[in-house]
Amino acid sequence: MKQPTIAIIDYGVGNTGSVRNAIDWLGYKRILLTDDRTSIAGADALVLPGVGAFKSCADGLKCRGLDQVLQEYVMVRGRPILGICVGMQLMASESEENGVHKGLNWIPGRVVKLRPESNSLTVPHVGWNEVSAVEGDPLFSRLPEGASFYFDHSFHFVGQASSTAATCCYGLTINAAIRRDNVFGVQFHPEKSHTNGLKLFRAFFNFVDQC
Amino acid sequence: MLKKRIVGCLTIKDSLVVRSVGFKLYFPVGSPEIAARFLSQWGADEIILLDISATRRGDGPNHKLIERVSRNCFVPLTVGGGIRTVDDVQALLQSGADKVAINSAAFEKPNLIGDVAGVFGSQCVVATIDCLRLDKRAVVYRHVNQQATALHPKEHATRLVELGAGEILLNSVDRDGAGKGFDLDLIQEVCGAVTTPVICCGGAGRPEHFIEIFSKTRASAAAAGNFFHFYEHSLTITKSVLLQSEISIRQDTHATYHDAKTSSDGRLLRQSDSYLEDLLFLRADREEI
Repeated sequence: MKQPTIAIIDYGVGNTGSVRNAIDWLGYKRILLTDDRTSIAGADALVLPGVGAFKSCADGLKCRGLDQVLQEYVMVRGRPILGICVGMQLMASESEENGVHKGLNWIPGRVVKLRPESNSLTVPHVGWNEVSAVEGDPLFSRLPEGASFYFDHSFHFVGQASSTAATCCYGLTINAAIRRDNVFGVQFHPEKSHTNGLKLFRAFFNFVDQC
Repeated sequence: MLKKRIVGCLTIKDSLVVRSVGFKLYFPVGSPEIAARFLSQWGADEIILLDISATRRGDGPNHKLIERVSRNCFVPLTVGGGIRTVDDVQALLQSGADKVAINSAAFEKPNLIGDVAGVFGSQCVVATIDCLRLDKRAVVYRHVNQQATALHPKEHATRLVELGAGEILLNSVDRDGAGKGFDLDLIQEVCGAVTTPVICCGGAGRPEHFIEIFSKTRASAAAAGNFFHFYEHSLTITKSVLLQSEISIRQDTHATYHDAKTSSDGRLLRQSDSYLEDLLFLRADREEI
């Protein structure tokens, strides 16, 4: 197995411990949990974890000067990044969580409050839900159709159909995963989705090898 | 479709998993690391770890313990006990927790729930309510001073959701360790009062109790501790029984027991001789990634 250098971005919010555990379990040795700009710029792939409110996450990136570093890494150099949950939502143009806030604007779209049509559906959307992927998406290549992943969110990404990589159903169709070239985002938590999540991580790092 | 969750609950006292009865008697079970690893492997959809000695001890969450427990836990881990500040939550998330459970602090520092939700989002905050039935009337119980309050769990739950909690964990004091089933009426009442998911805990003793809770109430998740610790294969059997009742749950483990028969108390029954003979000709591959 190749050993890419994987940087998990530590921006003050996020369940960084869980993400590191999962990647570590897969056998990758060069895992950095860091907010250091040089280390991040030198990594082969980035993971942007997320458990947080949109604004505190966006501010967490900005106050460490990481938004510029990420912009250069992802948009100029075209290196791969995987955003998880609010890490994915940060890739949108803007979010309406607690007022309107600007995102990184890598994948055009807006993060809006989850409003399922049925009253019996609770918000946040918490639990295991079936995900159906767009054919040929590299992240889901080794997963069966309708694999379950763990979701935990109150807001969701709405954007162009071309950016959808996988969907799930919760009263309405939600973008479970989005992609634009080297930019990957998943709304669910692969680090907490047991075997399916670990397979998704493996698929992402295999994709990194080919970059 | 969103699946119902079966949650493994680890009650921790002085760094040891304990079997708890009525919030009063505690018997040691074993190491939290092993318990969490097993629950994760057996197919629990989530693990909730409640450190019941942390608040009384007063020195906050045990981060070293959470680091060790989370290492082999690949399902969501909610950690409760001794959380007093937003910094506590941040340190827990860095140690390997995914959500936090807040109970006592909701009384002493009501703003904490809102503060944590403001930074980490409300989906990260599970508000825990311990319920006690006094002459049939349900009230909120405070485990720190071991006293019942005058609050009804429904009112308390509504208030906690207003403050910013994303989930409610309802724990029953009188059913804790009793194994006679969940408090369906109370759970349904609380589910009707809040818009967030409700996790119920306390009373599971047989797989049918999980069918009851999901068919008669709107609970999103049902948790058990003792039942999963002490009944062999109980998690897998419970999931198989739920699937047979057409309740949507996650079944990703290698062993599914989809063709198993169980006795009335949820134990596996012996299969027929011809079935057992067929097994001799079966090759089972280990699940690899």
